[in-house]
Amino acid sequence: MSTVPVAAERAALAAAPGARGRLNVARAAAHFQAAPMAMVFLCFLVFPIVAIVVVSFFDYDSVQIIPRFTLENYRELLLSKVTWETYLNTFRFAAMTWAVTLLIGFTLSYFLAFHVHSTLMRIGLSLVCTVPFWTSNIIRMISWIPFLGRNGLLNMALLRLGIIHQPLEFLLFSDFAVVLALVHLNTFFMMIPIFNSMMKIDRSLIEAARDAGARAPQILWNVVIPLSKTGIAVGSIFVIALVMGDFVTVRLMSGGQSASVGLMMANSISLLQYPAAAANAILLLFLVLGLIAGIVRSVDIRGELTGSIARARAADE
Amino acid sequence: MSARYDVELIAVTKRYGATVAVDDIDLRIPQRSYCCLLGPSGCGKTTTLRVIAGHETVTSGDILITDQNITNSPPAQRGTAMMFQNYALFPHLNCIDNVAFGLKMRGVRKAARYAQAREFLELTQMTAYAERLPSQLSGGQQQRIALARALVTKPKILLLDEPLSALDPFLRGRMREELKRLQNELGITFIHVTHSQEEAMALADLVVVMEGGRIQQADAPRYVFDQPKTAFVARFLGGHNLMPRDDATELAVRTDRCRLFAIDDVVQPSLPGAVSAIEYQGTRVQVTLDTDLGIRLVSHLPDEVFYGHPFQIGDRARLSWSRSDAHPVIAN
Repeated sequence: MSTVPVAAERAALAAAPGARGRLNVARAAAHFQAAPMAMVFLCFLVFPIVAIVVVSFFDYDSVQIIPRFTLENYRELLLSKVTWETYLNTFRFAAMTWAVTLLIGFTLSYFLAFHVHSTLMRIGLSLVCTVPFWTSNIIRMISWIPFLGRNGLLNMALLRLGIIHQPLEFLLFSDFAVVLALVHLNTFFMMIPIFNSMMKIDRSLIEAARDAGARAPQILWNVVIPLSKTGIAVGSIFVIALVMGDFVTVRLMSGGQSASVGLMMANSISLLQYPAAAANAILLLFLVLGLIAGIVRSVDIRGELTGSIARARAADE
Repeated sequence: MSARYDVELIAVTKRYGATVAVDDIDLRIPQRSYCCLLGPSGCGKTTTLRVIAGHETVTSGDILITDQNITNSPPAQRGTAMMFQNYALFPHLNCIDNVAFGLKMRGVRKAARYAQAREFLELTQMTAYAERLPSQLSGGQQQRIALARALVTKPKILLLDEPLSALDPFLRGRMREELKRLQNELGITFIHVTHSQEEAMALADLVVVMEGGRIQQADAPRYVFDQPKTAFVARFLGGHNLMPRDDATELAVRTDRCRLFAIDDVVQPSLPGAVSAIEYQGTRVQVTLDTDLGIRLVSHLPDEVFYGHPFQIGDRARLSWSRSDAHPVIAN
């Protein structure tokens, strides 16, 4: 009974316009599937940023935001020496933290990926690396104080052992303390992407390098580092973005002696100068995006991805 | 004075914990020979190769390369180079840098190492692909690059780990010819691990059949096929009927030397049975006989012989061979 309509439908589908219709349906389905994530991004990322951009061009006085277009916020921000000193200082923290987390993260990943051979042990040791995250950020930082303070554990121990005769002053409320806390917070974010890249390195490549006469440092430099680049780039983006936006760590660990961009914004907000904070946020956003663009360009994360796609295709052939 | 053997293994044993991968083997590979290590997976052939390469340490025994004991030397100081099963090309380096890698590690300057690498790209007919990344090459091309990379350091021994297993049958045939040509041209020893008896037969001057970490037989392909020493070798190479005997030996007869006769013909030696399968294979016909002893024997008959006196499935028949074609082999 239904054979005729079904056959007709099939014939219609097989015809060229029908096929195009199916293609459109497929495309619509793909968009539909991507929609939930797109909505999340739209609501929680795009709208807030648009709102910040809009507010950054608003005027304000000591009690309220005045919705009137002005460039004054940016003029004040960009022409102030304090702004650029603060940015410089924040970049300095970011650079130091980046260098130290890279060194520690790379070494830890290398050890986990190439010297630990059992999967169980690897999982166990990775979990150990997450221990700092079992308490809140604030508690983690506060717990440095009794350790690093003038009469803290470290100074006491060193004094007792006779290694020093005066308590070390630079340990707490200093740049050293800030970087120490930032490294403590962020090493994990550097380590995991690098570990990921390293686990993808085919072990026979290491053997092939050794077969070709490469010694351990040569293998590291010529094989392991180039093939971990993507992980290093991703880890660097995490660390730099996190450090550039930080304000709690800098305030607490420097004892209020160091400024950071985040701190500057927090101060503006506490003074109800939302438009000024917004303008600052936009400036920070652009600078960090510029940095990330630089990293992405130098490592070519996309090239690496398309490379693996090409490899998969070649394997299919 | 030139060495007697390119490679000598003396009582080499490799154990992983309780399992013995290579069990007390002795092997001598003459100069400039093409040697195939042949056997099923897990027979110890790859471990043997890796032990020679220096990627595994021996548990006991010695390895000599051109009369020098290199048992404990690092891979690069043995005069060996290895071509890996999955080629192991460096994905971040283009072809010429892949080929020049060994020279770079030895501190050869850029111009010199590129010149030498180009020579080997030419040898493997890959000059046109010098600037490509490995991911932009087909499997066969990747293999040529891997070959060039292994040869660039001018090894005395080239070690190949299942080099043809990833290629399609057509390419496999061509690469096989090419490997043989290269070995001839370079005049060095190739040690080639394979599980394909056809490959080993086609390439090798010396076939080493391995099983259970031991060498079953090491001979020229002709002798390995014609005069297997053990039942395993006869079974693994195929083309043999095996008949149990009273002692610890079996009788091996090549299937193409076995003839079928009518059940009442008086021929000696022979075994009676029923034809259970007939397969036409072009140049020959394969007839399977379920003998009254309970063993299954096969006769490969030239097609004109079979069609001269055809048999049907279920027919009673007698399988016979000449005494001079029967070899006692060690049962295992």
